[in-house]
Amino acid sequence: MTSQTQTAEAGTPPPPQAGDAAQGLNIVARSQGQLIRRRFFRHRGALVGMVLFFLVVLLAVSSIGWGPIPGWWDKDATTTGTVTNGGDPTLSVVPGFLGGGGVHLGEHPFGQDNTGRDYFALTMRGTQTSLLIAIIVGLVSTLVGTVVGAVAGYFRGRTESVLMRITDVVIAVPTLLLAGLIGVIVAGHGILLFALFLGLCLWTQIARLVRGEVLSLREKEFVEAARSVGTPARRIIFKHILPNTMGIIIVSATLAIASAVLTESALSFLSLGVQPPDTSLGRLITDYRTALSVRPWLFYWPGLFIVAIALSVNFIGDGLRDAFDPRQTRVRD
Amino acid sequence: MLVFIARRLFVSVWVFLVATVVVFFLATNIRDPLADARQLPDQARASKIAEITERMHLDDPALVRYFRWLGDLLTGNFGKDREGQKVNAALDHALSATLQLIIGATVIAIVVGITIGVISALRQYTALDQSVTFVAFVCFSLPLFWVGTLLKQFLALDFNDWLADPEISPLFIGGISLITGLGCGALVVGDRRTRWAVFGITTVAMVALLIALSASEWFADPGLGPIVIALTAVGGALGFTALVSGLEWKPPLQAALIAAALGVVASLALDPVLDDPQLITLLGLAVLTALICGAVGWFLGGELYRRSAIPAAVFTGLFTGAVIFTDRMFQSFADYSDSVGGRPISTIGAETPNYEGTFWETGLDSFGHLALPTLALVLISLATYTRYTRASMLEVMNQDFVRTARAKGLGERAVITRHVLRNGLIPITTLVAYDIGTIIGGAVVTEQVFGWSAMGSLLFKGIEEGDPMPIMAFFVVSGGAIVVFNTIADLAYAFLDPRIRLS
Repeated sequence: MTSQTQTAEAGTPPPPQAGDAAQGLNIVARSQGQLIRRRFFRHRGALVGMVLFFLVVLLAVSSIGWGPIPGWWDKDATTTGTVTNGGDPTLSVVPGFLGGGGVHLGEHPFGQDNTGRDYFALTMRGTQTSLLIAIIVGLVSTLVGTVVGAVAGYFRGRTESVLMRITDVVIAVPTLLLAGLIGVIVAGHGILLFALFLGLCLWTQIARLVRGEVLSLREKEFVEAARSVGTPARRIIFKHILPNTMGIIIVSATLAIASAVLTESALSFLSLGVQPPDTSLGRLITDYRTALSVRPWLFYWPGLFIVAIALSVNFIGDGLRDAFDPRQTRVRD
Repeated sequence: MLVFIARRLFVSVWVFLVATVVVFFLATNIRDPLADARQLPDQARASKIAEITERMHLDDPALVRYFRWLGDLLTGNFGKDREGQKVNAALDHALSATLQLIIGATVIAIVVGITIGVISALRQYTALDQSVTFVAFVCFSLPLFWVGTLLKQFLALDFNDWLADPEISPLFIGGISLITGLGCGALVVGDRRTRWAVFGITTVAMVALLIALSASEWFADPGLGPIVIALTAVGGALGFTALVSGLEWKPPLQAALIAAALGVVASLALDPVLDDPQLITLLGLAVLTALICGAVGWFLGGELYRRSAIPAAVFTGLFTGAVIFTDRMFQSFADYSDSVGGRPISTIGAETPNYEGTFWETGLDSFGHLALPTLALVLISLATYTRYTRASMLEVMNQDFVRTARAKGLGERAVITRHVLRNGLIPITTLVAYDIGTIIGGAVVTEQVFGWSAMGSLLFKGIEEGDPMPIMAFFVVSGGAIVVFNTIADLAYAFLDPRIRLS
């Protein structure tokens, strides 16, 4: 890792420092964490993605509040009412001096649905659900995948073949089929259980990645040294091997969140995922699918939020990958 | 190697069997298959429940039912659904629809995705690469069903409306021309002035072309004509020769040009045959083209250039054939468009019911129905191939043997095609194989959006009625494809990369 990071850093000159520059010495010692952080923050896409992601989270949580905590938005997602002005969105972002209606939210920024429910509140509720599910799925699938991959890679032999065959079996079932069947079985038990089981369907890729990484790490000298002084297997895995695979684990956890948002919305679109009274972004799209020609905003907003979440998380993941593994960032001249 | 293959196949069969057990037990537990029978009035209820119980063998334990299903499957019988209909019939229909839907999309996505990935790797960190990366990320993050519905709205409905009076607005002309110009400018190697020159020329040319097409109402009655066909064929010949051997050697270039000329002449000579051909005739013509062009390459190439002259000529010949094919399709467009009421791009189903016409018109009919789902599928899977190809190419380009190849004086084309591409595509082969396996199972969403009654409808029927038989049929095909293609991927990888076999 260290030798690679040095070659990657060599291409870009570190900031010049007085005194050192005179002697031609301007090398700054940095810890691995600092190096990774520097590389991550230099990745513009990742930064923009992170800002966008936090804005979405902030908006979704602060506007309608979380559980019993109230937010700053005064309407909620369930109250029906009279439809004003055909339910047109009142959000305006073009300032008055450019000929627009000025910057304001208005009564119903995202419009109303046909029963007069405030669509902004509804979308925010869907965003909360989708985000919550995605994060739980990311955590569960990463945890299961890491444990399976690490155990299989470290112990090899029979343990490995059993674990990897189980992985193969899960891979052999199409994701939508497996998750859809489980989604129907746990329907009505709330989104938390659904998220948990969805996570249990999506861990295979991480398990394979981690196993591959552990397979090569376990042959390294430092693992052999640890083994030779009698370190127990559990300690070797958790203290010596897994910290070195943190890079790919974090990256795949991020990407797992992005794909979980899309999988959840696809399942909900097929009515196999989130069931009423809960709602999610995918569910909203299904519910208002036929409204596209009459009230297109009912269709646009949830889709835009799905894209915003998935896109920002994908960019964060890309930035993390570049930061942890800079080998691919530039072709050697 | 044989031992390796045998072991791999053995494992695959076991994995598949265990997976069928898992899916079967999930599928028997999703929903009560008697739920709607229980709602019936008293006298009908008991007999209906008894009937369904009898038909689905609900009195037997799940394990017994599983083995009965497995025994039937081994004789090629997928069992009967809740209504007593044979699942086989439904499966045949569904599978052919799904295959029709995914084959074209997959091929396009693979070819275009890999090409864009290679180009983007070769131009790393240029504006082109950055935009490709960005677009790939956006495609990556698009929910398929959302895009599909948007495509239906904008491409189908609005495009069909526009076709009634096909005049391109100036804004559109400007936009398309600018994008084309920027793309071409970014592709060219050279200093700033060359790039700007290319950008200017292509933009102006594009504007002129679009104005001409718009003024002549070309889009309502398109066609290429012999001159455009000939020019495209020659362009194809030059392009393929440049890729295969470079333009500096005479024999491959001659072979390719002769193949192009033969193609153009054949298109005129075969005119009556091409009026309403059978599919088999066209396939025969394609094989014939490949053989003739191969022979041309063989004779013109001589001992020295055979290896590059044959592929150059064959690719050119087939490409010319494809151009002629497109032209024929274009020529039938006006007739077809009239016969479907001026709405050639369809949003629902796989074909216009009861439509009859010439080969070209029925071809256009399925094209009109396939266009949108294919586009949606391609948009989504293109991104994966592009990103992976780019990463894999960059990884190979960093290796020592590439530097050695350059150091020994090989031209850039040879370095890229012989050394980088060949090695860079090994992991891509695996990825493509894995991906193809998952496509049948993943096409469910597209089928739903575009109203195709295909594999997905088996799955939904089963889930709705709590009936495991259609679900199992769906799984045997989609999961079977995954297992088979994963096995192929592993074997292909071992075949392409001998290091795997040794360990």
